[in-house]
Formats: sequence, structure tokens, C-alpha cells
Amino acid sequence: MHLLEARQVSKVYGTLTALDKADLVVRHQEFHGLIGPNGSGKTTLLKCIAGAEFPTSGAVLLAGDDITEAMPPERSRAGLSLKFQITSVLPQLSVYDNVLLALQAQDSILSLMLSRSRRALHEKAMHLLARFRLDDRRDELAAVLSHGQQQWLEIAMALAREPKVLLLDEPTAGMSPQERRATGELLAPIKQTCSLLIVEHDLDFIKDICDSLTVLDQGQVVASGPIHEVQNSSRVKEAYLSHV
Amino acid sequence: MHQAPPRREKRRIIPLIEVTLLAIALVLPILLDDFWVLFTTRVFILGMLALSFDLVWGYAGIMSFGQALFFGMAGYSAALLATKWDITSVFVLLPVAAIVGLVVAFVIAVIIILGKRPPNLVFVALGTLTSSYVVERLARGWSYVGGQNGIPSLPRLTAGSFELTEGPLFYYLALVLLALVYLGLRVLTRSQFGLVLAGIRQQEHRMAFFGYKIQNYKGFVFSLAGLVAGLSGGLYAFHEGYVGPGQLGPVLSTQVVLYALFGGAGTLVGPIVGTGLVDLFSYYLSQMWQTGWPIVLGLLLLIIVMFRPTGLIGFLVSDRERVGSFGRPSKVVPIRKASHEPA
Repeated sequence: MHLLEARQVSKVYGTLTALDKADLVVRHQEFHGLIGPNGSGKTTLLKCIAGAEFPTSGAVLLAGDDITEAMPPERSRAGLSLKFQITSVLPQLSVYDNVLLALQAQDSILSLMLSRSRRALHEKAMHLLARFRLDDRRDELAAVLSHGQQQWLEIAMALAREPKVLLLDEPTAGMSPQERRATGELLAPIKQTCSLLIVEHDLDFIKDICDSLTVLDQGQVVASGPIHEVQNSSRVKEAYLSHV
Repeated sequence: MHQAPPRREKRRIIPLIEVTLLAIALVLPILLDDFWVLFTTRVFILGMLALSFDLVWGYAGIMSFGQALFFGMAGYSAALLATKWDITSVFVLLPVAAIVGLVVAFVIAVIIILGKRPPNLVFVALGTLTSSYVVERLARGWSYVGGQNGIPSLPRLTAGSFELTEGPLFYYLALVLLALVYLGLRVLTRSQFGLVLAGIRQQEHRMAFFGYKIQNYKGFVFSLAGLVAGLSGGLYAFHEGYVGPGQLGPVLSTQVVLYALFGGAGTLVGPIVGTGLVDLFSYYLSQMWQTGWPIVLGLLLLIIVMFRPTGLIGFLVSDRERVGSFGRPSKVVPIRKASHEPA
């Protein structure tokens, strides 16, 4: 059984077909890249999987369960976690409180009112911050972090719920080459605990960290499979890679 | 070793304002004549109503133009109990008023907040405004509740054989209740629950992807604010000895919005300061210029809201202090050292 599966997913906006019967499969402990030219439907597919958009037709399955109609909170509880394309940390909260907010999401309202879990979650929060090199800035407002650090903070927040699948939408956008390299290093260890579906324009980054790849063009899947096979596919080269 | 949870932000200004205001409030009845004691009691009660608005808007980002609805319906309910059933006990009427506020707010929340998806700000603002307007119109036309005239000549509240007369006794009752409500809301907004509210206010869309069902949190806070508004409505009715349709409608709801924005929403203490100052300005301006004073007051409020969105409290309190941190202070919990953390 696949961990995450998008089956024949289509998304139509008025007269525009953004996605046309797209299939995608992510296996356990797999890093899967999703690439394609601008407007190819990558982010739309990711949104349909995350619950930010609902497919016009088709199905999304997580660990065999149909989550096509589930709202984002239910998907999150089922094990999906998303990092948005546009950085969306909470700028007026401290770095620590951003992570705490993600960690405590499973608590009941009563437990939150009594602040019952703060001490229990402290260790997890500090480990996450340390892992993403943010522990020394934990008291600062998230707004003052650099763009790259905000991206890391958001990845840390997305990982806080210990998801089965982490969805990343262009995590290295706007980063320096050093930050991109560091991001790859920071992401590598999570393979032991979860799978990754990543939308990215930086093909070198994808090649460095991903095991498999799906290529979209004009809303359709052009190719999908292990990265070396897809890379050498003449169809992909014609349709996309040669133009990048 | 990891360090302790982030240090509590040293809030130097807000506690100072709180303690100063409380100290002044405790001695005021000794220094003021009867008129000003009544005036200040009214400020405390309306300040409690402003706190209810601050909870929904300043902390949870719900723009409610319906706080007067909960305030007025609670006042009417308590007044009806007092006039039709001769119940005057403060231990019955004020809890009933608070519960009526809670229930009415919950019903409104079920209709406009607790849907499949979180409602948008404009929908809630218009929904609460419309509810407030409709109920005010109904009250004006319903003879059972006194129609346009409302219910006058309410009996005094009693505690056992004591009558809670207007003046210092009612003043301290209002002060104690305001202080308790304030303390409760302060603890709530600084708890982990308060952190969720801060998240909803800043990035509502993002919060859903963490697993938070935003509607539930908004519905809860909205209902809780209804309880606070209901309590203040019950108090107000018996302080004034009267309840009328004006206490249900959009004019009072909007006035409460101005109290909070003028003083500084999202600080708790700001709306109370705002209530006192707006009512004080209103009084003095009306003495000086009987016909045109609302224009001057309106301009003053407009200037503050436009040029100081954080309200008057924003002049004294830094943004960082306003944000603060969340969860009760805890002792240092020694845990494993991070690999790259400086010793």
C-alpha cells in the first residue's frame, strides 16, 4: 500500500483546467519531487493533497484512507503537514511560541486553558529549534528572522506534529546557495520518520535529496518514477527539462 | 543542557498601569462625591462590556458588532425576573444574566461561526450587527418588555437582607466583579489557549493546517465574551434601575468598539482606560458644547484610531510587551543539551 496517493486528480477553474487526471504516488520513507514549468499545476496538486483546494474529480488517499473531502484540520490529524510557498510563520509571536503553537495542536481546549502541556512540550520544542539552528533566537519575534530562517522555522513547525507525509512548496525559494545546501542537510534526517513531497524549481536541489520524481506539464503528468529514470526520459527532456 | 522555557517577558508597564488603576479605584469613593461615584461605577460596568469586545476582537480577531445584544438581553432577562417574579437576589440575577449572555452568544455562534469552514470577518461583523439591530427593533415593538419605554423602576439588588444601593456599595460590587473578570481573562489570554488565539488573529488560514479547528475556538471565545457581556448587562440594568431597547442595539455595540480601539485593543487594560476616558471626554465636552460635542469626540477618536492603531496604551507599551509569551511560568526543566548549542 502506498503512503500517499493522488488518483486521477483534476481541478477545473471555470474554463481553465489546472490539473488533468494527475496521478502521484509517495511511498514510505521516500522523498518525492514534483516539478514542472510555471503554470503546470504543481502547486494546485499540492493544494489538492493538503486540503487547501478540493479536486473537481479524482481522489486523494493517505495510508489507504480516502481524504479527498477532508478539511485541513482532519488531514493534519491524519498525518499530513504542509509548508506553504509563501512563508507563513506567525510574525508577532516569538520563535519559540511559533513552534509551541504547532506542537500543542492536539491538546483539548481545557488543557490549553490550563496550560497543562507547556512543560511537557518544552523539550520537543527545544529539540526542533536546535535541529533547525534557531534555539539561540527563540525569544525573538519570528518577524525579525531572515527569510531563510523563517523558511526553516516553518519547516520545523510543519514537522512538529510528526507527520507521515510532509508537503513542502518551494522551500528554498529566495534562499542563498549556502542556505539551500543547509536546507538539504536539515531535511535529510527526517527520512527516518516521514516521507516528503516537495515542489521545487531548483532541479539540483531535487536531484540531491529526492528518490523519485513526478513531472507535470500543462496539468498532466508527463513522467513519474525513480529520479534517474525520469531524468533520462526523452519525453521529459522534450517536454520540460530541455527548457529549464 | 537546554535552557528553561523562554523567559517571561518582563512586563514593566502593563502591570504598573494595572496596579495604579486598582489602587486609585480602591480609594476613589472616599475622594469623590456621589455623582462621580455613580459615574465611575458605570465606567466599571461598561468597561466589563469593553473587555468582552476586547476578548473577541483584540485576541481572537472576531469583529463583533453585537456585544450589546448579549448585554441587553441579559439585562432584560434579569429585569423581567425582578419585576415579574420579584426575584432580587444578586446571587440569582447576576448568574442568570451571565448565563443568558452565554446562551445567546452561543446561539449566534452556532448560526454564524460554527460552520464547516471558518467564517470571514465581514460575515461575522454584519451577522452580529444585524442580530443586534433586529433584536432592538423587536424589543421596541414588544409590549411585554415595555416597548419603546423599556422596563423602568427596577427594584434594588439584594444580598440576603441587605439592599445593594447605588453609591459606594454598588461601586465596590462592580469593581470586584470587574477585577475578577479581568483576572480571569488575563490568565486565559496568557495561557496556551491565548497562544492559539494569537495564532488565529495573525494567521488564521495557517492554523487550520496545524490541525486547529478554528471555528471551535472562535465559537468558544465568542460565547465566553457573551457571558462577560451578559454579566455587565445585568449589573448595568440594576445600577441604572432601568433597561431599554438602546441597551440592545448597534449604537451601544459601536460605542464599545470605540472604547476598545481608543484605549488599545488586545491589552485588556486598554479598553477599560478607553471606557473611562471616552465617557469622561463625553461628559466634559457635552458641558462645554451641548450640540456639537459628538463631532469633537468623533474627530478625537478618529485621529487616535487612524494614527495610533494600538490605541492610547500603545503610547506606553512596546509591541513586544503587548505580544508577551504564553503558558504559566514553569521551573527550569533540565533536559539534554543540543549538539551545537553553546555551552
